[in-house]
Amino acid sequence: MGWTRKVLRVDLTKGTCKSEPLNMKWADEYLGQRGLATKYFCAEVDPKVDPLSPANKMIMTTGPLTGTIASTGGRYSVVTKGPLTGAIACSNSGGYFGAEMKFAGWDMIIFEGKAPKPVYLYVENDNAQLLDASGLWGKSTWDTEEIIKKTHQDPQIRVSSIGRAGENGVLFACVVNDLHRAAGRSGVGAVMGSKNLKAVALRGTKGFSGIRNIKEFMRTTAEKKKVLADHPVTGQGLPKYGTQVLMNVINEIGALPTRNHRDVQFEGAGKISAEAMAEKRSSDGKPQLITNAACFGCTIACGRIAQIDKNHFSVVNSPKYWGASGGLEYEAAWALGAANGVSDLEALQFANLICNEEGMDPISFGATIGAVMELYEMGVLTKEQIGIESPFGSAQALCELAKKTAMGEGFGKEIGTGSKRLCTKYGHPDLSMTVKGQEFPAYDSRGIQGMGLTYATSNRGACHLRSYTVASEVLGIPVKTDPLTTDGKPALVKAFQDATAVFDSSGLCVFTSFAWTLADVQPQLQAACDGDWSMEKLNLVGERIWNMEKQFNLAAGLTRKDDDLPKRLKTEPAKTGPAKGLVNGIDKMLPEYYEVRGWNQDGVPTPQTLQRLGL
Amino acid sequence: MMKSLYLDPLKCTGCLQCEMACSLEHTGAINPSKSRIKVFAFEHEGRKVPYTCTQCAEAWCMAACPVDAIQLDPATGAKVVLEATCVGCKVCTIACPFGTINYMADVGKVQKCDLCGGDPECVKACPTGAITYVDADWTGLDRMRQWAGKANTAVL
Repeated sequence: MGWTRKVLRVDLTKGTCKSEPLNMKWADEYLGQRGLATKYFCAEVDPKVDPLSPANKMIMTTGPLTGTIASTGGRYSVVTKGPLTGAIACSNSGGYFGAEMKFAGWDMIIFEGKAPKPVYLYVENDNAQLLDASGLWGKSTWDTEEIIKKTHQDPQIRVSSIGRAGENGVLFACVVNDLHRAAGRSGVGAVMGSKNLKAVALRGTKGFSGIRNIKEFMRTTAEKKKVLADHPVTGQGLPKYGTQVLMNVINEIGALPTRNHRDVQFEGAGKISAEAMAEKRSSDGKPQLITNAACFGCTIACGRIAQIDKNHFSVVNSPKYWGASGGLEYEAAWALGAANGVSDLEALQFANLICNEEGMDPISFGATIGAVMELYEMGVLTKEQIGIESPFGSAQALCELAKKTAMGEGFGKEIGTGSKRLCTKYGHPDLSMTVKGQEFPAYDSRGIQGMGLTYATSNRGACHLRSYTVASEVLGIPVKTDPLTTDGKPALVKAFQDATAVFDSSGLCVFTSFAWTLADVQPQLQAACDGDWSMEKLNLVGERIWNMEKQFNLAAGLTRKDDDLPKRLKTEPAKTGPAKGLVNGIDKMLPEYYEVRGWNQDGVPTPQTLQRLGL
Repeated sequence: MMKSLYLDPLKCTGCLQCEMACSLEHTGAINPSKSRIKVFAFEHEGRKVPYTCTQCAEAWCMAACPVDAIQLDPATGAKVVLEATCVGCKVCTIACPFGTINYMADVGKVQKCDLCGGDPECVKACPTGAITYVDADWTGLDRMRQWAGKANTAVL
């Protein structure tokens, strides 16, 4: 057990919903969530498919530990081919939606085709139906959730939906659930929009009783919760400061990408940090941060609930933003702030609210604004084109362009194509801080060398969540390595990539890995799931998943050229901080990484590697 | 010593471990929809509030039941539903001012918190101490101590 063993297949073109048994052979080889859904996806979809065409599919998927008492066991993922990257996309989200899918009796929902007109999927346990969404189209994710709950007279329904960004084809649109959790990256929301699928509403009252050995499961999950509670990061840092605990730390080590990666330290970092969020504002005497919050089953509770300053120019006439809502996480605070030189914390929160409300990835949005501001300062883009003066540091431009991008208005349309397409269009492709077309997150790879390799080789484009070597290079978890050297990083990155693939496929949150290693996850999986889930097997499963994703990308037409960093990071040394004078050593690390992976120097897995992994 | 559940919304993160533990204990499945303790989300205020039966001394649910299906557990003070006796008439759900006794359509009975016989699972499951099981005579003790602490340092 561990799985409900049921898959819901929704044909949007025909308007049908069918139940089918989960392929248990694949579950045994790919575990669940990211691994298992990607296996389904690769088996069913032509890698060369146009991501926004009806032939692309989209899978919402849980893991065997989703909907269980294991700490953080509430995750779900959206797997598809990403329109921003043209690569495999897998975006992971918390909140309550994933567990509800399990309680309704489903491991995953596969969407195929395209609805002739806007629809939403309503699932109440075994009953699934596509309903007319013409009244929801054009609404934000917040309004969509509220209207669906009212329509069905059930406040306990859990909703995932796209906002206007997804409807308008913003290539970094996300899928938002539970108001402010999101399957954020790679443009999975644009795929959902291209299918005329506005929302998925779930109500599960069957519960989950598929734990193999409940007594042992209770024992081991309780023991592992204690490990999280006792660890300084998951027990103190994250609940108190959220991921924002990193802002000052990363700035100090000279790895906070600033103004489109021109700089590696931001003079305004303190003003947009966790500490600043907790400080009382001079305007109203209240701090922005109200409290922390947990996703389903999570005993860490790193989530931020915040309240914007009502007097701020962005919301002074918009009372709907005055209440409590999702607060800034580190990645969002960096992308909306340091990446474009803005240190106005309230402006950052406003842009963050718009990203949640209309379903946009704040990382890609903020980083694209960084590129726009650089092009503006160079004189390539003008005020007339953009519609507003857009120098680095302009909070006005940030807030204005957030709205315009989500709504697909004016220059917002161009921002919505992401920084790679935008910079290419205006003749400066080198200024796009992306890998495989996806914008970098909040760690500069000149100051944390391993992250350069992480970004370059990530199967879903630049991403910190595929191998968070920051844990080792900065925080010393599980062992301290030197962030300024490339030595040993290829093996480190591979180890993180493979282990993370297992965390993501289990239904757990990768933030547990600050305190847990795979050896902590293993007994929880073994107690929950049928079959053998030894360490040896889990390591193999992780590596298998990574290679499967890589094979999809190769078949989609990606090559070694796509496993690379922008010129800036390879030729423009860091100007300040501990990494002063350094560029990223990707050209040194990549060949060694391919070798460690058992791939040839074109980045193609060798037949021996594939055979060893059973691929 | 008689004990009571003490719920502190300020400590609640909304993780629903209590709902999972409660439903697992009483139904054998992890099923928050069947939990006898509920966490309510007040999104606009940014608050999560756990809520369940207060085990009233003068229990109107018990008084209203026409078939005496709700009985006092003298050891814990809990008002316990005898499932075999309950006829599912739902009168108790009308009598309860707090809505903490509920009809379950799938079994045709009502259910409410029974304090797990004196060892509440929700208390053990709560990671933040938002749900505690304390001396019934002193449910306000922590709050009283908190305010006393403020009075101690303030100039009165």
